Amino acid sequence: MGPLSVNELISENTNLFLAFIIGIGFGFILEMSGFSSSRKLAGVFYGYDTVVLKVFFTAAITAMLGLLFFSLFGWIDLNLVYVNPTYLTSAIVGGIIMGAGFIIGGYCPGTSFCGASIGKIDALVFIGGLFIGVFIFGIGFNLWDGMYMAKFLGSPKISETLGLTDGVFAFLLIIVALGMFWVAELAEKKFPREEY
Amino acid sequence: MTKLNKTRKVRKYINPYLGGVLLGIVLLAANFVSGRGLGASGAIKSAVVTTMNTVAPSASEKSGFVKEFSQSHQGSPMKTWLVFEMMGVLVGGFLSGAFAGRLKFKVEHSPSITSRKRLILALTGGVLFGFGSQLGRGCTSGSALSGMAVLSLGGFVTMMAIFGTAFALAYFFRRNWI
Repeated sequence: MGPLSVNELISENTNLFLAFIIGIGFGFILEMSGFSSSRKLAGVFYGYDTVVLKVFFTAAITAMLGLLFFSLFGWIDLNLVYVNPTYLTSAIVGGIIMGAGFIIGGYCPGTSFCGASIGKIDALVFIGGLFIGVFIFGIGFNLWDGMYMAKFLGSPKISETLGLTDGVFAFLLIIVALGMFWVAELAEKKFPREEY
Repeated sequence: MTKLNKTRKVRKYINPYLGGVLLGIVLLAANFVSGRGLGASGAIKSAVVTTMNTVAPSASEKSGFVKEFSQSHQGSPMKTWLVFEMMGVLVGGFLSGAFAGRLKFKVEHSPSITSRKRLILALTGGVLFGFGSQLGRGCTSGSALSGMAVLSLGGFVTMMAIFGTAFALAYFFRRNWI
């Protein structure tokens, strides 16, 4: 049955319309979880507010389990679901640059749109920076083309790489996440902040 | 703390674990409907490619960046899944902010820095994040979160690189936040 658009059960225009609806849900949930505030987002790196960690890992696990169960019930063909390819060098270097951008700018791209939607001017300026950054990448593409394409591993699943079944990996990830949530709750008690 | 919340008319944020489950359901819906996860930086890429095509068509034809984009997308670069999704994000964020009484123009920053400094830092962070998201083939949403949901090795690697670096650098930027 799923994915609906890949199996041509819905038209391309319906797919784009549903993208808009899904985006509304995405923005709404980010905002009501507090992701429109850069000081709340940055809190995870100082322990005073760990909402990022809690929402992020709960969401990843929920979606991961959802996909595994949907596949088990035959509701979705996971072979037709896009698995991000792994280019090891650029995944690491890109991630490091993004991490620096996160702690300096206080937002990531999705959350900056969310912040801007409720009037955060710093979020709007961050978005301006995003455009400049993407533009610089595009203009100088030939300079970092080599790094961009290096160490291509295909689209492996982390469970395959570790030699585990998807289910066992999911179970272990849940255990790890529960451990992190426990540490996060302790950190919030240890570094409390009333208002920010 | 409860007294503080009573005096403010702003509604509280929802429980983060509930927020996570709801966000996970949205991500699951994206995969079920379209066979792909959520994203954000890809929409900016679309806008930048469009601008490059319009402003300097001959130069952008030669750019490997635009070529790579055109190979994976047919038609107008603005008519992509992520562009529509990000327009939805603006609407959804606005609606939630409106319901909760959080709509307000302001520069949010720590009391120990000025608004001006905050804006310079926001711009710098944005440039870095924009660049990194292209190199890493997606940002926190598209590469890390959505990648993790489909168990992509690259998604987990990028997630660890993003959060690891931010944690490692947190000490040096603490005055901007605490």
